[in-house]
Amino acid sequence: MNQSALKDSVGIVQPQCIHFDEALPLRSGKIIDSYDLMIETYGELNADKSNAVLICHALSGDHHAAGFHSEEDEKPGWWDNCIGPGKAIDSNKFFIVCLNNLGGCAGSTGPTSINPANGKPFGPDFPIVTVRDWVNSQARLADYLGIEQWAAVIGGSLGGMQVLRWAISYPERLRHAIVIAAAPKLSAQNIAFNEVARQSITSDPDFHQGHYYEHGTYPKKGLTLARMIGHITYLSDSAMRERFGKDSLTGRNFGRDLSTGKLNFGFDADFQVESYLQYKGESFSNKFDANTYLLITKTLDYFDPSVDYEGDLSKAFLQGNCKFLVVSFSSDWRFPPERSREIVDTLLKAKRQVSYLEVESDGGHDAFLLPVPRYLEGLSAYLSVVANESANSSEKSDHAS
Amino acid sequence: MRADVSIIKGWIEPQSQVLDLGCGDGSFLTLLKQEKNIFDCGLDLDPDNITKCLLAGINVIEQDLDKGLANFSDNSFDTVLLTQTLQAVQKPDVLVDEMLRIGKKCIITFPNFAYWRYRFYLIAKGRMPVSPYIPYEWYNTPNIHFCTIKDFDALCKEKNIKVLNRTVVDENYKNSILMNLNSNFFGINAIYQISK
Repeated sequence: MNQSALKDSVGIVQPQCIHFDEALPLRSGKIIDSYDLMIETYGELNADKSNAVLICHALSGDHHAAGFHSEEDEKPGWWDNCIGPGKAIDSNKFFIVCLNNLGGCAGSTGPTSINPANGKPFGPDFPIVTVRDWVNSQARLADYLGIEQWAAVIGGSLGGMQVLRWAISYPERLRHAIVIAAAPKLSAQNIAFNEVARQSITSDPDFHQGHYYEHGTYPKKGLTLARMIGHITYLSDSAMRERFGKDSLTGRNFGRDLSTGKLNFGFDADFQVESYLQYKGESFSNKFDANTYLLITKTLDYFDPSVDYEGDLSKAFLQGNCKFLVVSFSSDWRFPPERSREIVDTLLKAKRQVSYLEVESDGGHDAFLLPVPRYLEGLSAYLSVVANESANSSEKSDHAS
Repeated sequence: MRADVSIIKGWIEPQSQVLDLGCGDGSFLTLLKQEKNIFDCGLDLDPDNITKCLLAGINVIEQDLDKGLANFSDNSFDTVLLTQTLQAVQKPDVLVDEMLRIGKKCIITFPNFAYWRYRFYLIAKGRMPVSPYIPYEWYNTPNIHFCTIKDFDALCKEKNIKVLNRTVVDENYKNSILMNLNSNFFGINAIYQISK
């Protein structure tokens, strides 16, 4: 590993597994009797516990948001661009908590966990959890950590939806809600892409109706395909041109790989974008669980907090007074700026305090994970005010005691 | 403190809701927050200004005034502010209508193009006036819709807009007897408080 990357990061971090014995009733009517949540934390909780920040992950994220697991670890956590000492979400100022959500496959209870009822992995029998269920489990995590109120809850994409749900379900338990590259609910197109992804998994012969663990296999092809489809929606057209159209000999030809000087005249990969997507899909399929993928795409599809408010989302935000920061990216076509503006307009209608940034970037939906200077600058500026509030409240409580 | 700032400040009620269109670095909203404990909301387009607002803890929304204000509901703010920006928008009359729809009261400030120095500049030089106050050439100016105090009064009359207060000031944002005598000739900046 690169030593300077380690030095710029939160360093070597250790995940923790926390067990919860209290049953969790789910939106579906089902109940999870007990469960584990894998978490990581960065930074120190201050005396009056006013500097805690919750990070909510997106589809393929987990609790490992920043730092490295060992000296040998090549890649840092998924949001290391944003989280660390002196970074936008500053581990010198905040106590940062990130967890793997229920139904995940990185250590928290999910389809790969053993079902105590029959001693076999849950597989497809793991109940579908919704964003609301996740947020309920996150609230219990906050209780466990002794955090009455988060200084901020932050998330991108599906993570941003959890942030919105926090502001609705627990309006008094957060001071700031930071919603990045998200949407108030999925569009028909979003759901369509998710359905194609699910179909590609379930139609893989190795899927075995989700019971593939027992067959000692997994739907590698289907999961690869699902990720390839997803990946296209995370990138922008211009990001793909940039990546596959520039440095090759045939710059205009979508990065046709002319290293051999020949076309295949067959159906194997001719173009770099094809082999890139296959590589991305395949490496994802090696480390992610197909049942979790199915479950989380459903979680996304089901997200629509307005259903409890006669379709008027602004009514969902009439309670509480946390402030909002909403961020979108110009080239994001999965959750484009218009979707973020819908959130902003809803909040304005509910007379909430909101700031909105529309960041120019070629990065597509994935821009929220990238070091886009203006985005990091805006996030950092906003969070510097949040950090000062925490420091002031901590000082006051010191004087009181 | 600039005189226009203290004039406008005097027109804003404590604890009221203020929408500042083209809020810049948010310094005016910050002042109003500190002194009048207002509910603040600013709109701007400039990335640096937006970052400055965020640093100051001002609620700022990146939004282009030329694309409309349809996302703000009727009478949702006590005061809608537009300072030194009217002349730079594509449809000033539409913007004024929108401001009056959103705000119970509106405050608009703009440079008076009938100020005597500009008149003489045009007569003497035959060219578009350029001054330290309006430093642009005709081809690169953001100010595409200059008007005069008389023009604005005519617009208010045409649209049946109530002028609640009107003050005219010079380059130092000061008012004088001369200006009150003939505001359209001696005034550099006009400050209006209007309502439906």
